[in-house]
Order: sequence, then structure tokens, then C-alpha cells
Amino acid sequence: MTSPAPRTAVLNAAVLRTEVRLFRREPGGVFWVLLFPTLLLAILGSIPSFREADPSFGGLRPVDAYVPVAVLLGLIVGGVQGMPQTLTAYREHGILRRMATTPVRATALLGAQMLVYGGAALLSALLSLAVGRTAFGVPLPRQPFGYLLALLLAVAAALALGALLSALSRTAKIAGAVGSAALFPAMFCAGVWLPVQAMPDLLAGIVGWTPFGAAAEALNQAAAGDWPGGIHLAVLAAWTVLLTAAAVRWFRWE
Amino acid sequence: MCGEPVRGDAGAMPVIEVTDLRKSYGGRPVVDGVSFAVEEGEIFGVLGPNGAGKTTTVECVEGLRVPDSGRVRVTGLDPVTEHDAVAGVLGVQLQQSELQAKLTVREALELYAAFYPRPAAWRPLAERLGLTPHLNSRFGKLSGGQKQRLSIALALVGDPRIVVLDELTTGLDPRARRDTWELIEDIRAGGVTVLIVTHFMEEAQRLCDRIAVIDKGRVAALDTPAGLIRRSAGATVISFTPSAPLDEHDLNGLPALVSIEHRDGRVTLSGTDETVNAVITLLARTRVTAHQLRVTDATLDDAFLDLTGQDGGAGPTATTERVNATGRATGTDRPDTTEEVPT
Repeated sequence: MTSPAPRTAVLNAAVLRTEVRLFRREPGGVFWVLLFPTLLLAILGSIPSFREADPSFGGLRPVDAYVPVAVLLGLIVGGVQGMPQTLTAYREHGILRRMATTPVRATALLGAQMLVYGGAALLSALLSLAVGRTAFGVPLPRQPFGYLLALLLAVAAALALGALLSALSRTAKIAGAVGSAALFPAMFCAGVWLPVQAMPDLLAGIVGWTPFGAAAEALNQAAAGDWPGGIHLAVLAAWTVLLTAAAVRWFRWE
Repeated sequence: MCGEPVRGDAGAMPVIEVTDLRKSYGGRPVVDGVSFAVEEGEIFGVLGPNGAGKTTTVECVEGLRVPDSGRVRVTGLDPVTEHDAVAGVLGVQLQQSELQAKLTVREALELYAAFYPRPAAWRPLAERLGLTPHLNSRFGKLSGGQKQRLSIALALVGDPRIVVLDELTTGLDPRARRDTWELIEDIRAGGVTVLIVTHFMEEAQRLCDRIAVIDKGRVAALDTPAGLIRRSAGATVISFTPSAPLDEHDLNGLPALVSIEHRDGRVTLSGTDETVNAVITLLARTRVTAHQLRVTDATLDDAFLDLTGQDGGAGPTATTERVNATGRATGTDRPDTTEEVPT
């Protein structure tokens, strides 16, 4: 805690423009955050049995259940794998420090990173919804506002988790390893291997207390036309607050 | 943001003031009571061995670190509590700082120019630093020297009143180093105050109006380069190979002698001009011929070694050979115009 706490300049247009440009120059990031979730949905949707109603999915087709999973996948990969590695590398290479000596401050870089990965996750979600609708006839969310609210909360939780992972990682290499370790449980909870509707009740109950499990439940409810359950939104919000507080507590600018 | 930074009357207020600055890490004092003031338009050097506390000191000036105690003012402003106003007038080149690997030179210049209210035109700056052919190159593909030159350009792109350059020519080849020195002199000619941190003597001697020698977290001396050299124990060195042995008693009786060494028949004496004259008189009187007679002035290296108690390894510019200078010059009539700093 040797550097003074930055106070202002969370947003700077020039920094944001630069970070968007740099994100587009990383083919790996673009693929895994923007394209991979939709690609996975397309592959699963191409399996004929996934397009038939299944009682274990509460009468939905598996492809219907996988749209919210794909929607969450982009923000999980971006928040857990993408942003922490980028931010940690920025710290490791003195890029945050260099910016801290300008009137713009290093907070602008953190803010821009969050907007880039948050924006990419939302684009990825939009792409998944669009492909699900046009290619596989998956209805768009019947409660769009509830869906959007749950999605934004999930993005916030993913970014807070990413900031915390970066805070706890000394080098970009460590951030990569820690991110991979967090990626699989997060994907599991979101339902990548087994959507939450198909999980046994006990497992679904446990997963529902994790950020991405709660997000999956909330998205499913909103997709079906209900307002997302207060408990799921509360779980998501509580995780976001907790992770943000921890990230603020431990984040280092150098 | 504060508006226009507070500006003192010309020459009345130092642009950088550091008073009794202290900073410890884990109980170990790194900066232990450093004081100096940099006047407007000056090229001021902070010189010292590795780990002396140079970088920590300037990081407090840059607002990157909060001092444990003491006072730092940049154009009268506190770099910590008035960060944005200070950052607006202070251009910074950090030691070992990088940029995003896939950012191009042009993008970096445009980005950093956008941070300042009245930036310098970056194209002439890039031209001056030889970066024009590399504008579309990505930072990660630049050579060490090109990265260094970009880093200097970014320190200047905000059109600062003051620039702080930490190890500015490290990694540059001799030609680029001299070009950079000329650039720094040009910058100063344009009215910018320059604070450089270096452990490179030739650079300090060539560029600086005044130098603070920092050792073990304290200011060991603060003077002009010439003043520091005058303080050196053996300011002048005379060496020769005598055609016949000289009387040891005569040699030891030379005035203002600091040290004497015999090696392979060669005699090396250090002292003052007075010593040199006395040696020549002695040679004439005893009719001894001095082969390969050399008289050299002590360099900043010698002064630095004396001040910091270092044993060697001070860089490639030493032109005199150190002889066992065990005692300091005493009783010389050297005018003491130097400014003593309490340590």
C-alpha cells in the first residue's frame, strides 16, 4: 500500500479507445470471449437429440437450456481468464505505474479493462441469443428486463472476480494459472457440463449459492417469462459486493 | 483538477523542493533525511550507487510514493494530495517501465498527448528522437534503444515545465546517448527544468548544473560537477617513469600530497597543482628525466568514489588510476565555495 489511492478519472475516452483496439489485436481473447460460447451452442444444437424436448430439462429442449449457459460462458471466460491476465501483465510491466504519473491515473486503465471485457461479454451474449433464435428457434427471453438485470449483475460479479484474481496474482503467469483453476468450477456452476435444470436437486441447491449458478437460475426464470427470483439476484449482488470489496482491499497498482 | 498551477516569481521559488524526506521499507530506511531544491531552468542530477535511494526519492517527487515524513513540493504543490495538478506540469520517464506490447509508437504518442491539456506536437518530437520510421511499429517489436527513446518522448509529450528522467540513457548506444544529451540540453534551452537520476558519471558531468550525490539514503554532497571534483582528495594526478630512482624522502615531502604509488618502475602521485609543480621542480633539481609524463585531472568518478566510499566499478570514464588514497587532502588552500548539506 505504498502508492496513494487513486481517486478520480475512472473513465477516459482515449484510454478506452486504446484498450478496445488492443483487445481486437488479441485473436485468443476475441475467439474465447466473443465466438467460442456461440460456437459451442451451435455444435450442441447440431446434435439432433438436443433439439428434442427432454423431461429432465423440465420439458425444454437441451438447446433451449444451453442458451443461458452460452450467455454466461463469455463473461466467465472474459472475467476469469482474460481480464486478470491483462491487468496483471499491466502491473507487472509497469504500465499502471507509468499511467499513474499522468493526470489520467491508472484507474482509467482498470475502468477501460472492465468496460472492454464487460462489453465483449454482452456482445457475446447477444450473439448467442441471436444464433439460438435464428438457427435453433430458441425463443428470446420472455422477461427481457429481468433477463438484462440478471445478466448485468452476472457481468459485474465476473469483473469483480477478475479484479480479485488480478489482485491476488503477482505475475501474469500466476494470474493465468489461478484463472484456469477458477474457470472450471465457474463453468460447472453455470451449467456447461449439465445445465442447472438437469442437475440433481441437492447439487442445484448448492450451485445456486455460487455467483454463476445463481446467474444461471435467474436467467432461466427470466427466459421462461418470470421475474428472476429475489434470492438469486440477492446472491449475485452479495457476491459482487464481496468480491469487489476484496479486490479493493488487495489490489496493488505496482 | 486545479486550474493553472501556482507559479512563483521567476527564480524566487524552487520548482522542486525536497525537505528532510524519509521513507522506510519494512523498517529499513531507504531514504533517510534527503533535502535539496531544484531551481527553474536547471539540469539537476541525482547521482548515487545502486540502492542508494535515488529512485525512491524521485518517486516521491512524482507522487508515486507517499513519504513517511518530510516535505515534497513541485511548483509549490504536494505531489500526493495535488496529484493531478503536479502530473500536469511534470513529465516522467520511469526506469524499466513498458507499454502495452501491441500498441504502436504512433498510438502511444497520441494516447499520452491526450492526457494533457496543452500537449506538445508529437510529430516533431518523434522526429527529434528518431522515432518517425517506427511510428507504425508495435512497442513489443522495438529495440531497447527505441523503447527508451519512446519513453523519453512520452515524458515530453505533455509539454511539461519539469521532466524527471530516471536512468535516461541506459540501454542506448554511445551515439544515441550523445544525441539524447543534446536533446536534454535543447529541452532546457526551451525553459524546461530537468531532474535526472543516473549512476553514469560522464552523463552527470556533461549535463548537470548541480548534482546531489546520494549515498545510503542521505545527501553526501550537493555541488556543481566541478565543485565535486575539487573536493576529491587527489584532484590532480601526475604519473611518470623516472630515469633514475627518486629519493623516497623527497617524494614524501611533496606539498599537498595525497597518495603515492610505485608500480613497475612507474610513480603515480595524487595531490593538487602545487604537488605537480613541486614534482617538476624536484625532477629538474635531481636531473631525473620523466618518461611518459602524464598529468590528469581527477574526474567525477574519483569525487564520487571519495564521497560514497565505494571501492570501484564506477563506470568506463575513469582516466586516472586510483592510488591508495588513505588520507584526505589537508591544509590545502583550495577555495571552499561548495555548499555543504547536513547529512
